[in-house]
Amino acid sequence: MKESKQYKIFKVFNVCILLIIIFCTLYPFINVVAQSFSSESYINSGQVNLFPKGFNVETYQKVLSDTMFWINYKNTVVYTVVGTIISMFLTTIFAYALSKRRLVGRRFLTVFAVFTMFFNGGLIPNYVLINALGFANTMWAIVIPGAISIYNMLIMKSFFENMPEELEEAAAIDGLNTYGILLKIVLPLSKAVIATMVLFYAVAYWNSWFSAFIYLDKKELFPVTIYLRNMIAGTTSGMSAGATSADNLTQISANIKSVTMVLTILPILTVYPFVQKYFVSGVMLGSIK
Amino acid sequence: MNQQTTGGVTIKQKRGVLMETEVVQSQVNKTIKTKRSRFKTTLTAIRKDWQLYSLLVLPLIYLLIFKYGPMLGNVIAFRRYMPGGKMYGEQWVGLYYFEMFINDPVFWNVFKNTLILGGITLLFCFPMPIIFALLLNEIKSKKFKKFVQTASYLPHFLSIVIIAGMILQLTALNGSINAIVEFFTGEKISFIQSPDWFRTIYVTSEVWQGMGWGAILYLAALTTIDDSLYEAAKIDGANRWKQTWHITIPGILPTIVTLLILNIGSFLAIGFEKILLIYNPLTYETSDVISTYLYRVGLESNNFSYAAAIGLFESIIGLVLVLTANSISRKLTERSLW
Repeated sequence: MKESKQYKIFKVFNVCILLIIIFCTLYPFINVVAQSFSSESYINSGQVNLFPKGFNVETYQKVLSDTMFWINYKNTVVYTVVGTIISMFLTTIFAYALSKRRLVGRRFLTVFAVFTMFFNGGLIPNYVLINALGFANTMWAIVIPGAISIYNMLIMKSFFENMPEELEEAAAIDGLNTYGILLKIVLPLSKAVIATMVLFYAVAYWNSWFSAFIYLDKKELFPVTIYLRNMIAGTTSGMSAGATSADNLTQISANIKSVTMVLTILPILTVYPFVQKYFVSGVMLGSIK
Repeated sequence: MNQQTTGGVTIKQKRGVLMETEVVQSQVNKTIKTKRSRFKTTLTAIRKDWQLYSLLVLPLIYLLIFKYGPMLGNVIAFRRYMPGGKMYGEQWVGLYYFEMFINDPVFWNVFKNTLILGGITLLFCFPMPIIFALLLNEIKSKKFKKFVQTASYLPHFLSIVIIAGMILQLTALNGSINAIVEFFTGEKISFIQSPDWFRTIYVTSEVWQGMGWGAILYLAALTTIDDSLYEAAKIDGANRWKQTWHITIPGILPTIVTLLILNIGSFLAIGFEKILLIYNPLTYETSDVISTYLYRVGLESNNFSYAAAIGLFESIIGLVLVLTANSISRKLTERSLW
């Protein structure tokens, strides 16, 4: 097969463009890592770009010796684990029930759920509700209000719908009840979709900050994202935004911020190469719906 | 009950025609009966299959309290609300708060900003994944393709707080972007304090975050295009550019149209959390959008009812946009969300 000269030029050009795109995509990460190992004076004079200057690990030691950092980091882990468990439980039972054709009112219930994707109560009524329920300054304000993602539920529902019904019928004849069928037959066959959903939820909880920002004002309850937010808030003038601890943290040096960012991304970065294919499969499942 | 009254009216109108009245009456009885029996069958179904229905209990309670509860909570937009007072406000004030924001010049500025920012975001964030997917599609080396793809998803998995941190770091006076700017112009720009730069910064970061992830669906659509079409085109002497124009693009057109319509539907829902983290009073002129404004009015100034009115207005516009986009999508591509 002959290729035209222009196409050959294009191919070289194309590889270059993609390399530039990837460089730009990764550059902010590289820059943060470089700054985290650099000394403050080099950063302040704007000399740290691709590589660390004035290499040191003292900033890491400084951040890692801050007990509040550890408390907040532990909170993030707790919120992620508890939130993911609650979300998975509710999403799975909801999706399973809605996937059954014999369910009376199935269509109505699905619309009832899907409607909430397109019309939400809005910030203020949510805020009033969470406070009225007494969730403010508790973990529940973080893990309950967003427990079911309807999008994830629909992905699971369509997965369950595509399972061969004969399996469940056979199990029913064998004397298994609905709970038994779900636990012993359906779930073991749904490992792929469960893995995807766990990752979707876990990443969302790990990254979440806004509900913690508006519902928590005790430092000991903050997730690490708020610890970080209060640090970076110092850089933009006038970001008073209700943060109780932002004010006494305004003069945080750039290398400390970078270290905190690196330590927050690290868990995601380490599992990322192994789990990203599940994310992609999740998106595909969602689009088939 | 309803059925019976309509039945009664029909009887009155058709007075004198005995036969017909009887027919109507029996129809009424029939509907009541079917209604009753439908209710009965539902009950029997639930009783027989109670385990399946029991699975619905917790999710439905969740939806009612945490999704539908706040929707009803919007009544405070029509009532005076005192922080710490009754959850549904103190007294009715009608459209007082709606009139308030219609006469509020700040509101119209943030409304304009929302439209502009949403528009530019759509203009740049929508085509970039398509171009990226098309470029990636021309790469023959599987390894290189996989590497580029994997790297391009990465920003999608970061917390907004981290992204904001990176934006602030890169645009800082001593940041990398200013190093380049200084090299060429000899001067530094304080990007983050400048209203002129806000939209550029925001949209660039949105593209950075979403391009790779957004390309997934297009790449999947590209793999479904029949190879024999390309073979035939080659025999006809079409070069690669013509093949792309006449085979590849039409092949992914349904995906493009569907995603475009979905994007238009959600175009008001701009990254509120990100703006909240990177804007500041110096850039409000361009950076303040409806959601950030209502956040400040509501949670910082404790003007709950006023903020709720703005929020309700925003939600309704959003819903109308989604519904319109969806019905257009159904007509054009026979694909819709439900």
